[in-house]
Amino acid sequence: MASQKKPSVDVVLVGFGWTGAIMATELTDAGLNVLALERGEPRDTNPDFAFPRNTDELSYGIRGKLFQPLAKETVTVRHTPAEAALPYRQHGSFLLGTGVGGAGVHWNGHHWRALPADLTIRSTYEQRYGRKFIPEGMTIQDWGVTYDDLEPHYESFEKLCGISGRAGNVGGQIRPGGNPFEGARRSEYPLPPLGSPNSALLFAKAAAELGLHPFPQAAANASRPYTNPHGAQLGPCNFCGFCERYGCYNYSKASPQTTLLPVLRRRANFELRTRSQVLRVNLAADGKHATGVTYIDAQGNEVEQPADLVVLCAYQMHNVRLLLLSKIGQPYDPATGRGVVGRNYAYQLNGGASLFFDKDQPMNPFVGSGASGHVLDDFDGDNFDHGPHGFVGGASINCINTGGRPIQQMAVPPGTPAWGAQWKKAVKDTYLFHTGVGSQGSVMSYRDNYLDLDPTYKDAWGQPLLRMTFDWKPNDIAMTQFIGGKIEQISKAMKPKQMSLGFMKPGAHYDVRPYQSTHNTGGAVMGRDRETSVVNPFTQVWDVPNVFVTGACLFPQNFGYNPTGTVAALAYWAATHIRERYLKNPGALA
Amino acid sequence: MANSSAPGRRDFLRRSIALVPASAALGAAGAAGVAGTADAAAAQAANPPAAAPYTPAYFNADEWAFVKAAVGRLIPSDAEGPGAIEAGVPEFIDRQMDTAWGNGGLWYMQGPFAPDASPLFGYQNPMPPRELYRASIAALDAACRQQRGGKTFAQLDAAAQDEVLHALDQRKLQLDGVPAKDFFDMLLQNAKEGYFSDPIHGGNKNAAAWAMIGFPGARADYLDWVNRPGERYPLPPVSIAGPQG
Repeated sequence: MASQKKPSVDVVLVGFGWTGAIMATELTDAGLNVLALERGEPRDTNPDFAFPRNTDELSYGIRGKLFQPLAKETVTVRHTPAEAALPYRQHGSFLLGTGVGGAGVHWNGHHWRALPADLTIRSTYEQRYGRKFIPEGMTIQDWGVTYDDLEPHYESFEKLCGISGRAGNVGGQIRPGGNPFEGARRSEYPLPPLGSPNSALLFAKAAAELGLHPFPQAAANASRPYTNPHGAQLGPCNFCGFCERYGCYNYSKASPQTTLLPVLRRRANFELRTRSQVLRVNLAADGKHATGVTYIDAQGNEVEQPADLVVLCAYQMHNVRLLLLSKIGQPYDPATGRGVVGRNYAYQLNGGASLFFDKDQPMNPFVGSGASGHVLDDFDGDNFDHGPHGFVGGASINCINTGGRPIQQMAVPPGTPAWGAQWKKAVKDTYLFHTGVGSQGSVMSYRDNYLDLDPTYKDAWGQPLLRMTFDWKPNDIAMTQFIGGKIEQISKAMKPKQMSLGFMKPGAHYDVRPYQSTHNTGGAVMGRDRETSVVNPFTQVWDVPNVFVTGACLFPQNFGYNPTGTVAALAYWAATHIRERYLKNPGALA
Repeated sequence: MANSSAPGRRDFLRRSIALVPASAALGAAGAAGVAGTADAAAAQAANPPAAAPYTPAYFNADEWAFVKAAVGRLIPSDAEGPGAIEAGVPEFIDRQMDTAWGNGGLWYMQGPFAPDASPLFGYQNPMPPRELYRASIAALDAACRQQRGGKTFAQLDAAAQDEVLHALDQRKLQLDGVPAKDFFDMLLQNAKEGYFSDPIHGGNKNAAAWAMIGFPGARADYLDWVNRPGERYPLPPVSIAGPQG
């Protein structure tokens, strides 16, 4: 039906964010002709993120100049399978990316590796706490890859970005000042940690006095000048305070633009086509082989793009939607528990404390970087005994100062009215003297939290929107309540003049309005059992071996970390298996 | 209201003058390439040009009177610092009405709509912001006239205006055909946006709201300000357009 048909390429990538850029680099390196189709705009540091325009909080932070234009395409949301879903009409709970670099442009740059136990969660819990510890309806599963499988690929990403941090475990040796719970690393981070905002210094001191193990957040915001293995250069982060929701004007935050695009631009076997909205992956008549993709180009023409290999590199939700629209894999049905595409959607459950200090303790909140601060991992993953607590999962706890942007990041002491003279006096008195301690909590996967296609609402091209069925579950509320107790203790030890706590309570329902996390996971999960996963451990679609999938849609459940490090490591892992095994013998990998 | 705004205005001007020399001298470090010369900035601050009254492009006279009155109560003028009126918040909101945001162009606006859905699902009304403002102001003024002796919101005294705003905020006042709480929330959010956004958008005149709280604005360069507990950052704000009050 396409009005145009382009010459065939070896590989077509759908989406050009982090995983698209990694795949493009690795597969052009292997000599393949690679085409990336990006639905959004071409963007680069200059002019798109240039100073001083990038400091415009209203345009970027509030109106979301870099985010996916929801007018054209969004998702619908409901709490249970019995309800009609409603469109996510404005950005709130999560901030979808678009354009060259994707959300890799406007991320914070927090870098984490998954814990070894995160990747084998069901086996670990069953072994340590018994089979019955995992509640009915919780559908968590092992990833099908281990920490040792991914370790070299985490290292590749850390060297690509010039991650600034302090290792806690090098070759099994625990190092003071790092994360003692992390899996063994073969190398130290490429750069030393970022400097510390005032608030994080207080946090680290208080946490250490309580016997906990604070360490500097590993950051994809360079602490020193850095040249990565491809020769791309990063400058030291200057704590401008306009990081997440913004592009980096200073070439400090690792992004596809700053780390890989300069390399790819020089490669004749790479092509990037922007404003190209992929509608579907095309399958051969037998449904077992992809022939390429169909997209709408910048002029509105429908174009067929044949390719030998298709890699889905869009955001978590878009990859799942493309699989559903392309009829790849069996859609998940929560009534029977059968089917895989859309299964195991998960999110994160965060909470925190707001702390207000006396005037002799200015926090200078605007001195911030997306990942500048300290964190602790004592109550995350399986780093503590869950036995007495009765829930699965945990959270990393952080004091990270990303900026003091006054529309979005203003906090006032508990009891302050939302407007009027008292509000004004409160913002004047507390702006400089406020900080927060936060948590990033895991959300497990459940039988009735899932993704499918909406029967009512359509995108600008007439295709059904993705529908999210999601609500909080008692296990994860118990986790955040437990973490709330720990944060209260740490926060009190920081000796604020006043504080308030915000943690989700039993009975709370998912609210799409306040920003919570752009760490949406699952829906096209990886695993060793084709009955419970869309892709095999090499991220290759079980049913269609010339389609690979990247991104957080692969996560079988969520953890207490930012996902980008693991998303990138999985992309390098998949690229390695494509290069070393698939290309020699195209077909299902075992 | 008129009484309370006078000292606020004086206080605001006094602050602007006091702050400008530092801003002008140091502004170039933060906003290289956009900063005006120190002399020009200082001269401008010593003799601030009389601001021409802003003529709204979207709001009609009744709407304009409402917007000014309402934001003046949400962020009142007093000795603490600028109120919404001195900060140019009404101008900001009027200008926002003609943006893609004001037209609903940034939102998914395909039906069916479920305006009575749980607030947990966010804004589900078919009206884009500029229509919500128009319909809500008309409905609110009608309700005020009916309940408060024929006076529009803008004609009420400050205490009565506060009562009406509280009633909207607390869902105690329903309006015909418009989601009153959604409108109040949008108005409050827009008032704070106009107060704290960069002056290039028409509000936060002379960056005075930033000066009040201690936010340096577009300086965006603090490498030497980490690991310095107990020290307060000394420089006044600059705008994207250059040094400000």
